[in-house]
Amino acid sequence: MGNWVVNHWLAVLCLVAWLGLNVFLFVHAFLKYEKDDKYYYTREILGFCSRTLRKSLDHNLTFHKLVAYMICIFTAIHIIAHLFNFERYSRSHHVTTITLASVLSSLHHDKEGGFWLNPIQSPDMTVLYVTFTTIAGLSGVIITIALILMVTSSMEFIRRHYFELFWYTHHLFIIYMVCLWIHGLGGIVRGQTEKSMNESHPHKCAQSFEKWDDHDPDCKEPQFEGHPPESWKWTLAPVALYIFERFLRFYRSQQKVVITKVVMHPSKVLELQMKKHGFSMEVGQYIFVKCPSISFLEWHPFTLTSAPEEDFFSIHIRAAGDWTENLIRVFEQQNSLIPRIEVDGPFGTASEDVFQYEVAVLVGAGIGVTPFASILKSIWFKLQHSDHKLKTQKIYFYWICRETGAFAWFKDLLTSLEQEMEESGKVGFLNYRLFLTGWNSNIAGHAALNFDKATDILTGLKQKTFFGRPMWDNEFSTIATTHPKSVVGVFLCGPLTLAKSLRKCCHRYSSLDPRKVQFYFNQENF
Amino acid sequence: MGQIEWAMWANEQALASGLILITGGIVATAGRFTQWYFGAYSIVAGVFVCLLEYPRGRRRKGATMERCGQKCMTTVVKLFGPLTRNYYIRAVLHLLLSVPAGFLLATILGTVCLAIASVIYLLAAIRGEQWMPIEPRPTERPQVGGTIKQPPSNPPPRPPAEARKKPSEEEAAAAATGVGGGAQVNPIPVTDEVV
Repeated sequence: MGNWVVNHWLAVLCLVAWLGLNVFLFVHAFLKYEKDDKYYYTREILGFCSRTLRKSLDHNLTFHKLVAYMICIFTAIHIIAHLFNFERYSRSHHVTTITLASVLSSLHHDKEGGFWLNPIQSPDMTVLYVTFTTIAGLSGVIITIALILMVTSSMEFIRRHYFELFWYTHHLFIIYMVCLWIHGLGGIVRGQTEKSMNESHPHKCAQSFEKWDDHDPDCKEPQFEGHPPESWKWTLAPVALYIFERFLRFYRSQQKVVITKVVMHPSKVLELQMKKHGFSMEVGQYIFVKCPSISFLEWHPFTLTSAPEEDFFSIHIRAAGDWTENLIRVFEQQNSLIPRIEVDGPFGTASEDVFQYEVAVLVGAGIGVTPFASILKSIWFKLQHSDHKLKTQKIYFYWICRETGAFAWFKDLLTSLEQEMEESGKVGFLNYRLFLTGWNSNIAGHAALNFDKATDILTGLKQKTFFGRPMWDNEFSTIATTHPKSVVGVFLCGPLTLAKSLRKCCHRYSSLDPRKVQFYFNQENF
Repeated sequence: MGQIEWAMWANEQALASGLILITGGIVATAGRFTQWYFGAYSIVAGVFVCLLEYPRGRRRKGATMERCGQKCMTTVVKLFGPLTRNYYIRAVLHLLLSVPAGFLLATILGTVCLAIASVIYLLAAIRGEQWMPIEPRPTERPQVGGTIKQPPSNPPPRPPAEARKKPSEEEAAAAATGVGGGAQVNPIPVTDEVV
């Protein structure tokens, strides 16, 4: 637990501050409606009233989800509270005796000027009617339905397997924002006007409500007003930022991208090498790619597999769904024209930090090796140019894969790296392990037969392929004993279950003494 | 969008609608709103919808992640056969269930959400989708050492064919200390090590 706090203290601090601010604002607004004299008569009918506060601050995915959950919770509270309000407003028309509430409810409905308190204008009106004929009610229903549709299509299951459904449904947020802004236009939540408070303050006049229509100069009938909508004040800045970002993406996409090379690798992996004017990248960054001839609206993220030192940038695309399969098919037809590609980015991820650590542990599962391809290539270039600014002393690279076919395109890189290490005499710099998890007894038998050969039968590399999954406890304890005083960065691009075990190992093998070995876990995931 | 299984989204939507119906129903009943008996109906309908929709169906391609603890509900839902398999029936059922909750403001949200789920189920049914239960895959790998009960009875090096034609007791006794023969007695103990 102590290690977890040390690793995440900044995120925790921000979260606590944000939650604290939310709680404070909620309580502040709540107390305003509970205690302020302006709402004395409002409280009379309603008992109490609550207001929701929603802020949309999009920072990153986790925060976005947290905000979404808060919106859902507050929406539920808001709706339930207003349900009670409407019920009580409705009931105050139907009481048999004359009470303060019933008198208040019948005030001002026949005159012009809108000084009424009870939005339900007459005893015959049902709450359903009021809901669907007022701006607040109708917009409320619309935005709640939009919210529910967005939430159900954002469930992990739908997102992972039917991404386009999630992506298109999520654009309902436009309806959500617009209706949210107009939600408060009706001014249904009301308080006494300033003028009316001066003439007949509730503390003075509330008891004598039966005499209000006797033209008593001391206590006249109170007059009420709503206030203008306020949601837009909270959401205007983030919405402006979002619009600006979309516009920026559109502007960037209009710039020309030249495809210099197309390589079809086995296992349906397509490599695209491209050039774009003014494009500069760091290791492990990703770009968003759009192909208008396949889909006009979809942008898909891909990690860059080229090093910053190269004069082109490249991505490796695996067939994993509609869009990618269509793209690969289009490029496979060599006789047709090459389709236009639009690129937005590059955007940074945790891989940029690799060179900040003395010792780096890189773990890539399957196609998740792509950010590390970029890093390893960059290392090769840096070694060639004897870059002494490299902080990294040692790299442990783990590639976990299910089938051998996917190795092929990466094999060349590893072979050349092996050669480079030998030539420059830095054999110990890069320590890599390849794990084949989809093995069967056939492959294992074959490997056992060729045990004595110098190179691996599957990959031709000097480092033998391991079968099965790595035993992380062993690996981490070996690293911890080999580097007892270093700060080790662990980088993963792979599934969540692997992230959990790696995170656990990081916490377990980091010593509590900050001078001794420390493991820091960084994950990137799309 | 070609590979979308609408039923999966309809399932999520229906489950959410069930929860909303329950919540709205509780608010209406607890607050004793006018016509609160619609709220009571809404709770019952919501619970029924949740139970029906909780077991997730199997995807057409690839593995499907089960919801936590859905196994027992899967067996119950499977029992009804075509009634639960067919999405037309589900679409109509949800539409009918949603109507009575529409009379009360507290539960009308549940009505609309369930009606939307019904429409999506209709779309799924038109595209020929069906509810298939997630069955646990039978474990294929038997114990590696399980089939080895006895070491081979006549391992090499074997004596030439003539010697094997007449196994007599003296030969068997003589062979016991040496090579070949009938039942093999191992010179060093053999253990079955299962890794």
